[in-house]
Amino acid sequence: MGILVRPRRLHQSSRRSATAAGATTLSGVSGTRVRQGPSGSRRRSAWCTVRVVRVALFITCVTDTLFPETGIAAVRVLERLGHEVVFPEEQTCCGQMHVNSGYRDDALRLARRFVDVMGQDDGVDAVVSPSSSCVGWVRELLPGVAHEAGADKLARDSEALGGRLFELSEFLVRRLRVEDVGASYPRRVTLHPTCHSQRVTRVGDAPQRLLSHVHGLELLELPEATECCGFGGTFSVKNAAVSVALLEDKCRAILATGAEVVTAVDPSCLLHVGGGLSRLAPPAPGGGPAVRAVHLAQILSAEEAGA
Amino acid sequence: MSRGRQHDFPAAAREALADSRLRANLRGATQTIRGRRAAAVAELPGWEELREQARRVKDDALGRLDELLAQFEAAATAAGACVHHAADAAAANDIVAGIAGAHGVTELVKMKSLATDEIGLDAALAADGVEAVETDLAELIVQLAGDTASHILVPAVHYSRGQVRDLFMRTIARGVDLSDDPRELAEVSRLYLRERFLRARMGVTGANIGVAETGTVCVVENEGNGRMCTTLPPVLVTVMGIEKVVPTLEDLGLLLRLLPRSATGERMSSYASLLTGVTPGDGPQEYHIVLLDNGRRNALADPVGRQALWCIRCSACLNVCPVYARVGGHAYGSIYPGPIGAILTPQLWGMEEHARLPFASTLCGACAEVCPVGIDIPGVLLYLRARAVREQAPAPERAAFGAVAWAFGSPRRFAAAQKAGRAAELPLVRGGLVRTLPPPLAGWTEGRDLRPVASETFREWWVRERGAAAPPARGGGEPGGEERS
Repeated sequence: MGILVRPRRLHQSSRRSATAAGATTLSGVSGTRVRQGPSGSRRRSAWCTVRVVRVALFITCVTDTLFPETGIAAVRVLERLGHEVVFPEEQTCCGQMHVNSGYRDDALRLARRFVDVMGQDDGVDAVVSPSSSCVGWVRELLPGVAHEAGADKLARDSEALGGRLFELSEFLVRRLRVEDVGASYPRRVTLHPTCHSQRVTRVGDAPQRLLSHVHGLELLELPEATECCGFGGTFSVKNAAVSVALLEDKCRAILATGAEVVTAVDPSCLLHVGGGLSRLAPPAPGGGPAVRAVHLAQILSAEEAGA
Repeated sequence: MSRGRQHDFPAAAREALADSRLRANLRGATQTIRGRRAAAVAELPGWEELREQARRVKDDALGRLDELLAQFEAAATAAGACVHHAADAAAANDIVAGIAGAHGVTELVKMKSLATDEIGLDAALAADGVEAVETDLAELIVQLAGDTASHILVPAVHYSRGQVRDLFMRTIARGVDLSDDPRELAEVSRLYLRERFLRARMGVTGANIGVAETGTVCVVENEGNGRMCTTLPPVLVTVMGIEKVVPTLEDLGLLLRLLPRSATGERMSSYASLLTGVTPGDGPQEYHIVLLDNGRRNALADPVGRQALWCIRCSACLNVCPVYARVGGHAYGSIYPGPIGAILTPQLWGMEEHARLPFASTLCGACAEVCPVGIDIPGVLLYLRARAVREQAPAPERAAFGAVAWAFGSPRRFAAAQKAGRAAELPLVRGGLVRTLPPPLAGWTEGRDLRPVASETFREWWVRERGAAAPPARGGGEPGGEERS
């Protein structure tokens, strides 16, 4: 595993240096801990001889509260690959909701707290989250916002943390260089490439790459995939009518694919899309909506029979 | 534009959404222009480098704006133009009306111009007994309908062909029976406008770009009406925002490579007219340039917000904006709608009336991706949201966000809040989902169900499964909630 360069930023910021001072290479930090993957695994991939990585899970407030199964799935996937996961229990919220809503002072206080909690080293090689927008805020936007507000130490500390902060799919594909995580999920799936994952966090095609190796999974193309689902945080409540109009178009596009499952790398967008689908899509036999919104981590952790 | 009270974007947007014909017109038009732009940009190598150069040119120009404006004025004056300064809309209108009055003009022809729309020039002139005839086809449609523009570049984007046909039949068709064939509609307007051009004694334009080193004004158009306005009448007036000036003709060339591709998806516009002073015996013999502030120096004074003034009015951000594409321009309550309007309008004319505009975005970032001069629109939106909250936030909202931030201040408080939320929403859960919420969250359940708080949160699962100091275990139980995948 070589030195990996941080993804480029979307929002050009002349205020910031282009180098990631805090970037570490996984091989450099964790070079002494080497172990084999679990024996008896069905598929043996390159990870079997890869060095063990110690990952701190950045769960995010939304995932923690509403989607624990997504967090659990992220833990399982990383552990199945032979890595070690820790959960810094002091973490709460990174401040994204507050900054997006205009409460910048509150946001910076929460971000300060978050960077302190997650920035403690404890031998952690990487901080990984199942939410691209939270990663994008902390890694791509926070240093600039902190700098604007005169919080230069926070700007530096978040820049340093950003060097080892990743969204789960980009961590797997770009850092660990794993595309086949040994999952099987025999369903028709479509992917909603969320706005922040594409334009702020820039995970690129990492989700597609991972999905393409899931056993039994049929990946269906989503029409007008890059259109926003209309969530936008408090936008969804402050401008509910517009938000719902966008959501309805997104849901119609999803339904048109014939997929059973829509997936994404942002729990908040999935909360939105799932909430829309349960209104728009006729219920399937057994009660739930015909099309379910399921986080990518859960697909990657699945080892369903029939594949 | 309402004056003196807060423009209610959410309400205006809701109203616009209810107009299904408007939505269909907007969707068709924005999708078409979007596709053309993407193709025109893709075929030009080095697009990103051009954007970066343009960003630098505009940033540099605003950084020494007074110097460039002085240079522009000196060069324009030397070339025979007369340069005026207008601090606000009223001052600019007075200057233009004064020029018309001095020449006894009662009818003048206008090129499409946002700056003159911004200051309400047509209405101000009408009050002085001067009729201003809009000669851009779309502006003419809007003027004949007694309407206002809803898009920076295609002001009548909210009209269908059929609606234009009906309008022309009522106004300028002189009893001719029309179909909705664009060629036929254009021909009717052409006949109507040709008479106006030939008898006009005064022309009015805006400015796409001003060049400091030569005192040149550049106007770009496709219909040829602008060339008529700038060459036929003996008196010509340009109203130019002060932020339009760039140092050199080379900079002009750079912006002209970016503008048409971003705006209409064309390699170049049909006409780019360079107006430099007066040439005896050729074209207008009197040329006035009105340099318009009208709030621009407010924006200029803000180190973060000022980048909104880099805008070259291509409207690419409107066409890719999912919000604009649904609600159209009128909902923004400003001549500058869409993403750029959401950051420009409150800075030019104050948060008192426009504090809701920075919130009229999902922060999806599509605008920043296409902006040809690299304005970080989402970044400025966030910045202006913070200003809006500081200056305008209602007390209950402030208290609610403060309480949430307090709860996030420690994991104990956060865990307690999760439990409290679970208990509070319990009576609202039907079939595993919350289907109605009380205000202020009622907007959510207007069109969506809500996942309730999990019966076991992740942190509860972690503590139960892994404990604080326990070694990682494998194959632990699921949280108490339903299995989702």
